[in-house]
This record gives sequence, structure tokens and C-alpha cells, in this order.
Amino acid sequence: MPLILTEEQTMLQDAADGFLAEHAPLDHLRKLRDDRDPDGLSRDLWRGFGEMGFAGVLIPEAHGGLGLGAVEAGVIAESLGRSLTPSPFMGSAILSAKVLSDGGSEVQQAWLPRIAAGEAVLSLAIDEGAKHAPSRITARAERSGNGFRLNGAKALVLDGHIADALIVAARAEEGITLFLVDPKTDGVAVERTVMVDAHNAARVTLTDVEVDADAVIGAVGGGEALLNPALALGRACAASTLTGAGDQAFKITLEYLRTRKQFGRLIGEFQALQHRAAHLYTELALARAATLAALQAIDAGRDDADLAASVAKAKAGRAAELAVQEAVQMHGGVGMTDAFDVGLYMKRVRVLNELLGDAQFHTERLARSQGF
Amino acid sequence: MTDLDAFRTETRAWLEENCPPEVRGPMASEADTIWGGRDAVFATPGHRLWLERMGARGWTAPEWPREYGGGGLSREEAKVLASELRRIKAQPALASFGVWMLGPALLAFGTEEQKKRFLPEIVRGEIRWCQGYSEPGAGSDLASIQTKAEDRGDHWIVNGQKIWTSYADKADWIFCLVRTDPEAPKHLGISFVLFDMKTPGVTTRPITLISGKSPFCETFFDDVRVEKENLVGTLNRGWDVAKYLLAHERTMIGAMGEVGAGRPLHQTALETIGADAEGRLDDPMLRARIAELEIDAAAFRLAMERAGDQMKAKQAHPAIASMLKYYGSELNKRRHELRMAAGGIDALEWEGERSHGGAAARDWLRTKANSIEGGTSEIQLNIIAKHLLQLPGA
Repeated sequence: MPLILTEEQTMLQDAADGFLAEHAPLDHLRKLRDDRDPDGLSRDLWRGFGEMGFAGVLIPEAHGGLGLGAVEAGVIAESLGRSLTPSPFMGSAILSAKVLSDGGSEVQQAWLPRIAAGEAVLSLAIDEGAKHAPSRITARAERSGNGFRLNGAKALVLDGHIADALIVAARAEEGITLFLVDPKTDGVAVERTVMVDAHNAARVTLTDVEVDADAVIGAVGGGEALLNPALALGRACAASTLTGAGDQAFKITLEYLRTRKQFGRLIGEFQALQHRAAHLYTELALARAATLAALQAIDAGRDDADLAASVAKAKAGRAAELAVQEAVQMHGGVGMTDAFDVGLYMKRVRVLNELLGDAQFHTERLARSQGF
Repeated sequence: MTDLDAFRTETRAWLEENCPPEVRGPMASEADTIWGGRDAVFATPGHRLWLERMGARGWTAPEWPREYGGGGLSREEAKVLASELRRIKAQPALASFGVWMLGPALLAFGTEEQKKRFLPEIVRGEIRWCQGYSEPGAGSDLASIQTKAEDRGDHWIVNGQKIWTSYADKADWIFCLVRTDPEAPKHLGISFVLFDMKTPGVTTRPITLISGKSPFCETFFDDVRVEKENLVGTLNRGWDVAKYLLAHERTMIGAMGEVGAGRPLHQTALETIGADAEGRLDDPMLRARIAELEIDAAAFRLAMERAGDQMKAKQAHPAIASMLKYYGSELNKRRHELRMAAGGIDALEWEGERSHGGAAARDWLRTKANSIEGGTSEIQLNIIAKHLLQLPGA
């Protein structure tokens, strides 16, 4: 398969870019932030995502979605990176939808049409410590009566403060197990965490939370089998968002290089800046290629898809990190102001880098997979 | 089963039968490279066989049309062939400036007679080509070339000097930039011509490099007769051909970032340094640097693939070749720095059997030219800034 978007995928990209430019320009994020909006995102916009089909991009048609693939999800994720829009897209439409589509019971899959419609917000609770480390989950699930008793503390639960349901990963005797948990259950404490990029996550504490056996998604001990493909998909889509954010920060910077004058010349005439811009362009092109390749590998069900997602996340993370640093530096003082946009990109890229494993995490994974 | 799956099955079977064992696995040294030519030298009989078999099938130039000796494969089939070759770790059947550089230019600018005459012998590796571009006074500023061609009716008489002519002393023919109109602005008086290196008046003098080897030559032309039928493209518009060819050259040098990979770095490092109890390379800092390089190398390979797909789909600006050249050559230099660090003292040997004649050190030094030849990294960055980013005054 050629490493370029098909015509349909390009149309989807145009639709997503157009929709977000109209309904969620950067001022949308600023307003949510400055108003200290209780949700931290717009539920109307999320319903708009439902109407456009974006929220159900991955959800099978039988459950009210578009039934499209990872590349299409990545295309939308990239648009969200350009617009910096806060949205339950990653937590609900990608991670939760993937887990429930793959392993949910009939009852659990009743959430899917509601996600697709942009009505429900779901979130995946995997991270615990300061760094993403899904192999070291310590939250416990002990047999209790008909079901399980859950204990543990979760962090970076995306938009968890407004989630209608949580997918919690905990360690049972048989191994990692996923549970669908109502956040209103006794013993569940949800604390909203406003992050540096004005997007939101939650810390979720589980204290002797009793759930029925039918809260288990898939098999007891079968959590990793469900999580791994969802994580690969989430990482590749996060790489898309990083690529979009890095690209947009670069575009803004190029425009500045073409218009800002110092010493009587456009600063874009200075070779010191030209070469840095050209290097950055190259890094972003590599990130884009690696990201699209990972998304395609996931759609093709290839064995190396998981590793391809790690390459993409590591590369896109580093390239976007460079893009936002150069953006601020090349803008000079104005780049440091809150009123100017490049700082928003810098903040978002920092959060995205931490999400689902940073460049070090994924580089380490590559080393291990190659046997060193 | 799709056609592509069927093609993969057939290709796999053919390669299984026809790829000699001597050409499977990483190259031990530069001597394993198959350059072909009238005076071809092969490391083993298997290497000769490999060229003959691949050349006869046109698979040394898989995407060229069959009528000119190429493989006639589609882009997708060519990718399958490449992945099957990678799978069995086959060494390249032919290293050829004819395939990488001249061929694409002839396909775009050559006459039917030129294509029929030159392309099939390139595919079969029968004629080895060299490139007469740089001159002592025309390096990064290539369009300043002074080698002049005087019109003598049915032929030209060429006088001048080229430098950094790769393997000129081993090449059979040369593709060469000459000035045919000394009055015109520098880009508009250049023509692109072909001639036999055995023509009277051609002499070459190898230049010894820091690697101790002499891949480059000074090449002198002293009243060399060049037939007019060997002009490629339009008279005085050779710069167009030159630039087109340069884009291919740059892609080729960039690809060294991938094909130069050879034996995995970490294998060398594990042998020299060893592993800790968890099987990790027992030098965490070197391990981290190797792993970062491998992420970049993987992303670069995909960027190369994507650029090819974009070109095929006519979605690419020709200047993306500069991007690949820049990144690939810098990547290859990084890789060889790490290869030296991984090899440690072993990689310092300059001669003798054990080190294959100092292959690691010599290859390391050779890569330093990657970011100079075919246009320096700085020139590539200039081109990106001007043509891809449209920055002012670039």
C-alpha cells in the first residue's frame, strides 16, 4: 500500500480540518481555559463530532459508527493536533471504543452507539505513576462475592472528571483484567487535573470498589490481549496528533520568517534560520511517514504494527518537540507571550509526549524488541 | 490471493533458487560490491552469477520498462521485490551510477536510440559509468563549470578538468557536463554529453582520501572528440538534465542511510561489550544512542518509501530528494560513528585479515564524504529552504 492518503482519506482530512476551523479555532481552547469551564471541553462540539461521524470513526457500523480504520482515526487525530481542540476523541472514540469493540459484552457494547453519537464520554484508566508503564500496573482486583473488589490509584485518565464510565485496568490473580466501572460507584473518587495545556485528565482512586463479575471486559486475566492493540492504536493516533501540532507550529513559524523584519531584512533571509527551518521540515516529514506507516500497519493487521506505533510515537514526539522549541525561539519575545499561539502548541506537545509513553519509553521498547 | 500476493510467492521461489549463498548476509567489506563493467571484478563466482541472473531478469532496474531491459515492475511489485530481497538479506546485485543516475535521466531526456543503446547494458551491468560534474573551481557552485566543448560540425572537441569523479579510473563511459556556450549566463551554456573513457585524450589520476582508498579521481580532457549523437537533451540546456540527475543522485546517496546499514550495530556492540543480566547491552549510554539511531533509521526508511510513492502519484516536489539526501547522509555518518564506538579497539585496525583490511575504519572515513558529494548538506538545506519552504532570498 502506498504511503500516502487515499482520495477518501484526504476528503476526510479536509472535512475534519474544515469542521474544526469553523467550530473550534484556537480561541475555543482559550475560552474554555479562561472561563475555567467546569467540563474543560464543549459537549456540544463532541455531539458535533458525533453528527460528522468523527466520534464513531472506528466503531463498527452495526453499532452506529463509520466502521473505518486506524488511518482514518489518525487523520482526525491529526486535525485535533492542528487545532489543539480539547475533546474526548482519544479517551472515548479511540481507546475505549477499541477495547469495547474488540472485547465488550453485548451489554457493554451498548456504549458504542452513544460514543459514536458524541453523547457518552468514556475513559481508559491505565497509568498510575508519573510515567506510562502498563507492564507495572499495581491496582488490584480481588475476588469478592460474585465479582471483584478493586483497589488502586490511576492517573492521566483523559477527561475522567466527566466520564460516564471508566475502563479500569487492574491486576487479578489471573493477570491484568479490564473492568467497566461506573464512576458513581461507592469507593471511586475522581479528581479533575487541569493540565499545562488546558486539557483535562483525572486522578481516580479506587478504595474497596465492589463490581459484579459482568463488569469484566473480555476474560479475567485477558486484559493485556485487549489493551495491547488499543495502546498501539492510541500511540499511533497520538503520533498523528503530535505531527499535526508540530506541523501547525512550524507553519506559524514559517509565516513569521516570511514577514518579520530586523536589520532591514526579513528574518527568513538569514541562513542561520533557513537551515534550522529546513532541518525541522525534514524531521517532521520523517515523523509523518512513520506515523502513516504505523496506522497502515495496524489496519493491515501486520505483526510489526505494535513496534511501528512505537517508532511513530518516538519519532513524532521528538520532531514535534523540536518544532515547538524552534517556534518559540524563532518568534523571540512574542513567542513567550500567552497572547501568541505558539506557546499553546508547546504545552500541548509536552502533554502528548507523556501520553501513552514518551520517546524514551518507545525507544527502549525498540531496543528490547531488537534484542539489545 | 491477490496478484501482488502471487507475485510475492513467485518472487520468493525464484530468489530461493537463484540467489547464491555467497551474496546472502551483510557484505564483509567494500570488495563485495558488484560494480560490473567491461573489466568487472567479482568477490566470488556467486557474485558474478547473482549479477547475471538479476540483470537478465531486469531486476537490477526493477521499475524500468522491459523494452529497455528493465524489470517492468509496478511500484508495488518493486516494493515486494525489495522486501523479499531484504528478507533473505541479499546483497545488491549491482551498484551502478548507470542505474541510479544516468538511466533515469536518459529515460526522461534521451532519444529513443540513446535509450535502446545505453539502458540495456546498464541493466546487465556491462558498462560502468562515471559522472563528470565537479571541477576544481566548481564544487557547491556547480554551474560554474569551465570544461569547454568546441563545435567542429559533426562533433565537439572537449578540453578541461573534472575532479571527484567517482571511480573514473575504473569506468567505461562518462556522463559529463561541458560548456557549449561560453557567452551565455552560466546555467544556460551547459550541455550534457556522453563519451567513452577510452577516447584518446582522457586521462585519470586517483586521489588518495583519508580512508587510504582512492574512490575519486581527477579526470583530464585533452582534445577529446565527442560525437554529437551523444548529446542528451537540448544543446545548452544540459543544466536541466544535470539537475534532474542530481535529484536521483541525492536520493541514492540518501539511501546509503539505509543500505549502508549492513550488519546491525547492536550485534557488533553485544559482541565487543556484552550484555547485562537482562540481556541489555552493558553500556547504557551507547545502547541509548544506538536505539535512538534505529528509531531515526526506521523513520527515514519510511520517509524514503513515502517519497517514492509521492513521486509516483505526482504529489512530490522534486526538491524532496534534497531532504532525503541531507538526512540520509547525516544518518549514515552517525551510524558509522556509533559503529566505531561499538567496535572499540577492534575497529581501529588499519590492515590485515582479521579486520578485512581495516574495513570498519575505512568505511567510517568514507562516510564523511556522504554529506559533501552530490551537493553538501548545507546546499541541500538551501534547496529545501528555497524550493520547499519558499523562504525569502533563499
